[in-house]
Amino acid sequence: MREEKYQNHNKVYVKVEALFHPDGRLTPVALWWENGCRYTIDRVVDICRAASLKAGGIGMRYTCTVQGRQIYLFYEEDRWFMERLEA
Amino acid sequence: MKERVILHADMNNFYASVECLHRPEIRNNPVVVGGDEKLRHGIVLAKNYAAKATGIRTGEALWQARGKCPGLIVVPPNYPLYLRYAKFARQIYADFTHQIEPFGLDEAWLDVSGSDGVLAADRIRERIKGELGVTVSLGVSYNKIFAKLGSDLKKPDATTLISRENYQSVAWPLPVEELLYVGSATKKKLYMYDITTIGELAATPPSFLRRIFGKVGDLLSTFANGLDQTPVMCLDEETPIKSIGNSTTTPRDLLCDEDVKIILFVLCESVCARMREHGFFCRTVTITIRDNALFCFERQTKLKTPSHISGEIADAAMQLFHQNYSWPKPIRSIGVRCSDLISAAGPLQLSIFDSETRAKQEMLDKTIDLLRKRFGHFCIQRASVSADRPLGGINPKGDHIIHPLNFFKEGMLK
Repeated sequence: MREEKYQNHNKVYVKVEALFHPDGRLTPVALWWENGCRYTIDRVVDICRAASLKAGGIGMRYTCTVQGRQIYLFYEEDRWFMERLEA
Repeated sequence: MKERVILHADMNNFYASVECLHRPEIRNNPVVVGGDEKLRHGIVLAKNYAAKATGIRTGEALWQARGKCPGLIVVPPNYPLYLRYAKFARQIYADFTHQIEPFGLDEAWLDVSGSDGVLAADRIRERIKGELGVTVSLGVSYNKIFAKLGSDLKKPDATTLISRENYQSVAWPLPVEELLYVGSATKKKLYMYDITTIGELAATPPSFLRRIFGKVGDLLSTFANGLDQTPVMCLDEETPIKSIGNSTTTPRDLLCDEDVKIILFVLCESVCARMREHGFFCRTVTITIRDNALFCFERQTKLKTPSHISGEIADAAMQLFHQNYSWPKPIRSIGVRCSDLISAAGPLQLSIFDSETRAKQEMLDKTIDLLRKRFGHFCIQRASVSADRPLGGINPKGDHIIHPLNFFKEGMLK
């Protein structure tokens, strides 16, 4: 049986450029927001498993700084998602 | 000996909580996770608190649930997602102890002896809430039975301690059916003797309980008095398999022997494939029949030669059926169980007449297993099963699902 994936307005799946390190770590380098803009990730502040109540999902949560702002980037199974800000 | 510290973790409204987390749009409405009504599996598997408030119960039919709550949202189960959750929860438990004994998908016992049980329980709750977005209730005690009782007492997201100091005031006033192993039949009997609380059960002499329930009587007395010593198994220890079985509620009522034959073949193929996977032969075959008035009975037979050959088991099951059912009513569900298992690697008394045919049949079965593993369950089918596609089109092995225990506790066994 395959897992059913749910879509909702507040869960924004994004394109991510990421580095797979030889020691198994994974760090996101840049992301493309849904408007097509590319944002470089300046720093990854924290990595932990977390649930997103806003977007409805669980995964590894990367707390990143992008242009001086802190954002959450979730890696859920095989996809990256972000929470829509106004949510 | 040092006092044991046992936790029992029970994820609250598991299926419904996971669905509500992943679907924010339905979260604030009454929601139930329900089986497929077209396949006649249309019962409530889990409900959220808003649905619970309307009086909906796990195990009842979806049409009954809708009657109680007109705006009810029914979502289909998403088992792979729940399995992912169960795996993550166990990873969290594993940070506290290696002695983890899962009980269904949503429950587990943990032995955290040597640490502060309440503190560990509170940290587990926090982590599950933060990392998985669902809540869990934990019971903390010095034995598995009271730990389980504790996790049922306060919900959601709570820790309950049942210690040697407080068990008489916390556990004993509870209704006797709250105790593990006290199902509806046991409850009825106990009530007949005016034993209605766990305390009253504890005070009843074991000899009296033994007279009513046999060996189980001693067990009940031990449980009620908090004397259970059963260890929490380690995650990597496998419970010895005593039987392998499958049952199904069929997409439509079965009306004749041919219908039954199709379903029995499908079930036996699945059961035998699992026996071969685990390296077993069975010596006893049991069938369970439930008619459309929900009357249910079981019959079993011994095999002359231990076997895991699908054809042989199916023939035995079919013969049992012929001997025991004369079609007073159409049939709603059927089950096949193989027990009295012995290792397929051990020595076996062969018959000199049919050993060659059997070896061929076994090879054929193994080839079918291999084909199905590589190309999917439906790549090869028996002709008899293909006679009725909707009936034969079930895959009990692939769809084999272990429901949380609550499902049985609240619904099916009453």
